[in-house]
Amino acid sequence: MQIVVLTKPVPDPAAAAERLTPDGRLDRAASPAVINGNDEYVLEAALKLVEAHGGEVTLLSMAPPNAVETMRKGLAMGAHRGVLVSDPALVGSDQWSTIQVLAAALGELAYDLVLAGFDTSDGVGGVVGAAIATRLKLPYLSSAAKIEPDPDAGTVRVRRISPTGFDVLEASMPALIVGTQLLGEPRYPSLKGIMAARSKEIVTRSLGDLGLDAGAVGGAASRTKVTGQQKPPARGATQVIRGTPEEGAKAIVELLAARRLI
Amino acid sequence: MAGSKGAIWVIAETNADGSLAKSSTEVATLARALAGEADTDAAGIVVAADPKAAAEELAGYVPRVISIAEKAADGNAWAQIAAQRAAAILTSDAPTVVLTGAGPDGRDVAGTLAGLLERPVLVNATAIDWEHGPSVQMSVFGGKLVTTSAFANGEWGIVTVRPNVVTAEKAKAAGKVEAGKADGQLALPVVKIVERIEEAASALPIEEARIIVSGGRGVGGEEGFGLVREIAEALGGAVGATRAAVDSGWIPYAQQIGQTGKIVKPQLYLALGISGAIQHKVGMQTAGTIVGINRDPDAPIAEFADLVVVGDLFEVGKALLEELKARA
Repeated sequence: MQIVVLTKPVPDPAAAAERLTPDGRLDRAASPAVINGNDEYVLEAALKLVEAHGGEVTLLSMAPPNAVETMRKGLAMGAHRGVLVSDPALVGSDQWSTIQVLAAALGELAYDLVLAGFDTSDGVGGVVGAAIATRLKLPYLSSAAKIEPDPDAGTVRVRRISPTGFDVLEASMPALIVGTQLLGEPRYPSLKGIMAARSKEIVTRSLGDLGLDAGAVGGAASRTKVTGQQKPPARGATQVIRGTPEEGAKAIVELLAARRLI
Repeated sequence: MAGSKGAIWVIAETNADGSLAKSSTEVATLARALAGEADTDAAGIVVAADPKAAAEELAGYVPRVISIAEKAADGNAWAQIAAQRAAAILTSDAPTVVLTGAGPDGRDVAGTLAGLLERPVLVNATAIDWEHGPSVQMSVFGGKLVTTSAFANGEWGIVTVRPNVVTAEKAKAAGKVEAGKADGQLALPVVKIVERIEEAASALPIEEARIIVSGGRGVGGEEGFGLVREIAEALGGAVGATRAAVDSGWIPYAQQIGQTGKIVKPQLYLALGISGAIQHKVGMQTAGTIVGINRDPDAPIAEFADLVVVGDLFEVGKALLEELKARA
């Protein structure tokens, strides 16, 4: 099986140093980058699938050139190669550009499955996967808690989280699947994996390589704009109670009663 | 009012029983408010195998509802089918803006529609104002920053709206439901639902709860959640959890709050044994009142809660139950 995993380098939420530039773009210099957390779940699922069925995992990112660093971590986890679409014209891209660029990059790759994470920790949109599937006319299966391909039949089953449990979806391959945390905890790269990742191939592609026009996609063609940024309203001061459990419980009940919550 | 300008359209979602999803009542309320500012009308689209109940409910919020009975919506993944039927309407009846929910189905509809009609998307709105077009607020970087965004060229686009940021309110007069057509082939691949697996549903979905009592790693196990449940029952609330508690198998994923779980906005959030790490905070920081019970006085929750009781959550929790019983 050939699996492409869409990964995005995002500012590390744990470093808590994220900020925007004055013109509303992500300030990539302000914060160390990591692979988007939700992308690691689908990468883990992809690695398990090729372990079971054979095949290879390709990482695909649209990001600045230094994203090869974060991509190495995915390679160290076990992905076989990376494709990085990087072009100065892509700085400031909106979602519509991202959708077109990733769809074009997928057009050059052979795959049975494309996997994407539920959303990204910086953008929190979760719409790119559905739009790419639509552009490529691929069956689209989302909110996946389990992915079970049947390579002989050329089909895949996905357990999709529903409000009341799960729906089991079935589609033919190739297909695009958006996965969730329920796919399972991502592995840590082993020392051997880290060593092996150094010699794995990362191909860089420009807009021109993909046959895309910098006037039609990327920052100059952005169809959305950030018009303002402000700090959220601060919450009031925190009251801290140290005392006996009874005193703590009384303080809670008093607050709830004062605010008419009980 | 309407006429020259396109409507503000809502693509509604339905519950398993055919009723209108709560998030869609919120989005429809927002659409109506924006239509007033934009000097146009709000309108809704319901696509379902049996859309009647949800369409009538939606007409309580917006003046015009197109109800599309789509057989294919029964037994197949819904969002792409709904997006294709909606796209046909929006192609002939150009909108001013299209709103969907930002939950799993709303995102799928928005993304599919963007792909079909080649439209820009703004995501996860926490508020929308009107300034010659939608001016969309979003909470980014774990709530550290609020950005305002707009469509750049005055063209129409799609906005997904986060649950629990608007209080649903019906219109004074009910709107009209018209039957739409489910004509034409579905060009996108149809994805079959081959089986539905029901899990024991919790009494109250956490997104809709007024009060949530939530447990984290500090609760220590499934038995520990017994106390969380008891307090939730005493307060008439729902039970929530952190990812650590869900990953440990103490409570189902449906109860998870945070970055990879649900985003909630209850009037009261009582956090037991929850440190308040950023991944959890993003799911609950807009709660009306936040109370934490935690052993560690330096836990991050002490930076944004209204009240933190430092102590053993079992001891404080049991004392709290006693206090609540004494009041009852």
